[in-house]
Amino acid sequence: MRAEDFDLIAKILKERSGLIVTADKSYLLESRLTPVARRRGMKGLDDLLGSLRAASEDLLREITEAMTTNESFFFRDIKPFELFRTAALPQMLQARAAKKSFRIWSAACSSGQEAYSLAMILKEEAARLAGWKIEIVGTDISAEMLEKAKAGLYSQFEVQRGLPIQLLVKYFKKNNEMWQIDPSIRAMVQYRDFNLLGDPKSLGQFDIVFCRNVLIYFDQPTKARVLDAISRNMPDDGLLYLGGAETVLGISDRFRPVPDQRGVYAVNRGGNGAPAAGVASLFSGGR
Amino acid sequence: MKSCLIVDDSKVIRMVARKILHELNFSTQEAEDGQQALDLCRKQMPDAVLLDWNMPIMNGIDFLRGLRKLPGGDHPVVVFCTTENDIDHIQEAITAGANEYIMKPFDSEILQAKFSQVGLL
Repeated sequence: MRAEDFDLIAKILKERSGLIVTADKSYLLESRLTPVARRRGMKGLDDLLGSLRAASEDLLREITEAMTTNESFFFRDIKPFELFRTAALPQMLQARAAKKSFRIWSAACSSGQEAYSLAMILKEEAARLAGWKIEIVGTDISAEMLEKAKAGLYSQFEVQRGLPIQLLVKYFKKNNEMWQIDPSIRAMVQYRDFNLLGDPKSLGQFDIVFCRNVLIYFDQPTKARVLDAISRNMPDDGLLYLGGAETVLGISDRFRPVPDQRGVYAVNRGGNGAPAAGVASLFSGGR
Repeated sequence: MKSCLIVDDSKVIRMVARKILHELNFSTQEAEDGQQALDLCRKQMPDAVLLDWNMPIMNGIDFLRGLRKLPGGDHPVVVFCTTENDIDHIQEAITAGANEYIMKPFDSEILQAKFSQVGLL
């Protein structure tokens, strides 16, 4: 791979998706983009990279999708979903008792497992939620992943990673060698095409946001910008769930950690958290 | 250290499971069929059982029903691990007292995910 080709693909990916590809991760280019090259009748990665300067919008989109597609599984890490059920849900039921509705965002939802996990939790709690309108919106940059999410069709391998067997029996039907999620769960989630680098305003306000294992792929200024945009799309008592290896500390003062709830962050309007020197303030002008 | 009884008539599967379980810090015992497994449980109840369905002499579901009737037989967490992958079999296993269910083929990631779901890890 020529250095200038690497620099160009890295720049394109960063601009389009925020994804940071460093030289030590260049094997990812090989494994993710070789299939794209072959589909286009090219020999391999080098041909594809060589054609980048004249690449169509279509191809650039396909490349971005191939690089940003990440694995997902039901009830990933378990704990955040337990916290959602035991802490966030009761809190919302109390805080929204008058209007009886709130909205949840599964940001960068990939093939939909996170959104459907939340839907199953709500379904299991249906008795307490009678009369409530709870929206779940899943968004992703990849059209292919959104199609898969909408189809709600998962392999035997996928339904065994994190999904309790009782829930499989209850909410899935076997369809040849695949497992089809129940239409009642499927109907609880809407899927929308959205790039996290964009302005989420058009998606409407979200009371609870799951944005897990995405920020790890961004550089610091991009993380700060995305967190800032998310916080502007949330009410004062909104809650953000990040992945196990992610934090807002030292990156953004738009959120503060919720004590005793690992990975959960509350909207912070005061700005009295400790903003990361320089980084957060760069973006505070945009409000 | 928690103990796991591996019940499978395939030597290869027992070996694969043993390797994964040792990596997860379990001590293991092995049985080739349900009857052997039941005899071992009578002597000492394991914390977990990884259980095949189709085996000679006594199959997995009969073992499970027998186990749950033994004194202390409600202690082991039982995880089925079988090629039977239709809803009817899964339902029957749950009704008989299985805690989780793995559909073969499996790998260490699936086994680990299932074991942590039932609180063994």
